[in-house]
Amino acid sequence: MDRFSWTNGLLEINETLVIQQRGVRLYDGDDKAKMDVGVALLSTHRLIWRDNKNHECCIAMPLSQILFFEEQAGGIGKSAKIVIHLHPTPPNKEPGPYQQSKYSYIKLSFKEHGQIEFYRRLTEEMTKKRWENMPVSQPIPTGTGLQAGRTRAVGIVGIERKIEEKRKETDKNISEAFEDLSKLMVKAKEMVELSKSIANKIKDKQGDITEDETIRFKSYLLSMGIADPVTRETHGSGTHYHMQLAKQLGDMLQAPLELLSPEDLVNACKMFESLKLPLRLRVFDSGVMVVQLQSHSEEEMIASALDNVSDKGSLTAEEFAKLLGLSVLLSKERLLLAEKMGHLCRDDSVEGLRFYPNLF
Amino acid sequence: MSFEWPWQYNFPPFFTLQPNADTRQKQLEAWCSLALSYCRHHKLYTLDVMEAQESPMFNNKKIERKLSMETIQIVFEELRKKGNLEWLDKNKLRCLVMWRRPEEWGKLIYQWVSKNGMVNSVFTLYELSNGDDTQEEEFHGLEEWMLLRSLQALQTDGRAEIISMDDGKDRFIKAL
Repeated sequence: MDRFSWTNGLLEINETLVIQQRGVRLYDGDDKAKMDVGVALLSTHRLIWRDNKNHECCIAMPLSQILFFEEQAGGIGKSAKIVIHLHPTPPNKEPGPYQQSKYSYIKLSFKEHGQIEFYRRLTEEMTKKRWENMPVSQPIPTGTGLQAGRTRAVGIVGIERKIEEKRKETDKNISEAFEDLSKLMVKAKEMVELSKSIANKIKDKQGDITEDETIRFKSYLLSMGIADPVTRETHGSGTHYHMQLAKQLGDMLQAPLELLSPEDLVNACKMFESLKLPLRLRVFDSGVMVVQLQSHSEEEMIASALDNVSDKGSLTAEEFAKLLGLSVLLSKERLLLAEKMGHLCRDDSVEGLRFYPNLF
Repeated sequence: MSFEWPWQYNFPPFFTLQPNADTRQKQLEAWCSLALSYCRHHKLYTLDVMEAQESPMFNNKKIERKLSMETIQIVFEELRKKGNLEWLDKNKLRCLVMWRRPEEWGKLIYQWVSKNGMVNSVFTLYELSNGDDTQEEEFHGLEEWMLLRSLQALQTDGRAEIISMDDGKDRFIKAL
């Protein structure tokens, strides 16, 4: 009987109840155990016994403790029994009802029958040894008391444990996912460093940008979709670069441009006049900047705008744009210019902004 | 005779405050003129600004346009500067409209007085504005406050004298 440990009787996560039988008295070897009659429970992992009257009195032993077992037939005045021979006590056994025993076997006496089924099931479990495939957590040692120190996985504690496991799993997934991002950021950092280094070199005009750096930089640009850029590196910095760009723009205004920073574009456009290109950068009052052909003089634009508006009675920017095949932004700027010159006036209502010839 | 609207009244841009300075000036002049002639036609001497916004004067239902409150205030300010309008309250919700300035009224009254040989005669305010003799005159039906101002203008000019009796309750005028 010293192989038993106190327990709270709750099953572990992977532990399943196989059979239970009431009216069972325990024997320590051949002696009646100090307990009363109770319920014997067999699970996939343990042999459990619980006092009928005092449910807090509950003990159990792992099935692995069982060496072998046999039936003992009952007789007159004697109940049928199962004799269970046990392995020696393991050193880390939890405290139980018996500190020691001279016997290495116990008996289950079935006062209300049921031993045949119990024996059969016990045989099954001992054969299958299911506890080996479905490990349960290690018992947590506690000092004293009727309650065993084991944490149970059912009930609130079980739920808590499940939550904790899930959280750990999620954490792991997130960390893995961010590994890729960290790699990307490392790459980006490299590129930023390189860009800075090149920019500094250009600024300080110190040393040459090595061929290696150039190649690396171009490869980065390529990977971003900038095919063959007019880079500052190949065409020098500042005005010369803008001049080249301006010429390029002048040639291929109709064709789709390569990727270009807006600032560079504007600076290049400012050079049109000095380079005698037939294009002009025009800045409107609103700040809007447009590139237009030189042939477009202001008076012409205004006169034509007035004609169009008079012709139709009145026009909105959208209607004007459609009429001339211009962008709405550009057509609005033209109308505003004509208004500024006093040729048009405006009608601003819930219907929108409409321009009329200035009849005032 | 129904009121004749100026051509601008049916021109939608008339109801939008024009950003172009020159255009705006012309627009405001037209509005001042319209407001005054409308008030003259309907013999309106005072205006409630809220009511005015909804009246046909500033609201042309036919073209679905009306002047914004902001623009109305600008028009009124122009009228005030010209001497045709006076605010009755601090909040600028009610005003006096002098579609004819006091001096102009005074002149008309004096002309009638002298034409009828009534210089140096004395008569009451009521006689002037509501008397049978003045029925054909433009100043017939003129509101008292306006009449008084007109006569005060004449007085300043030295062409009339306002005589108050009974501690200012009755007033008599003597054209000089």
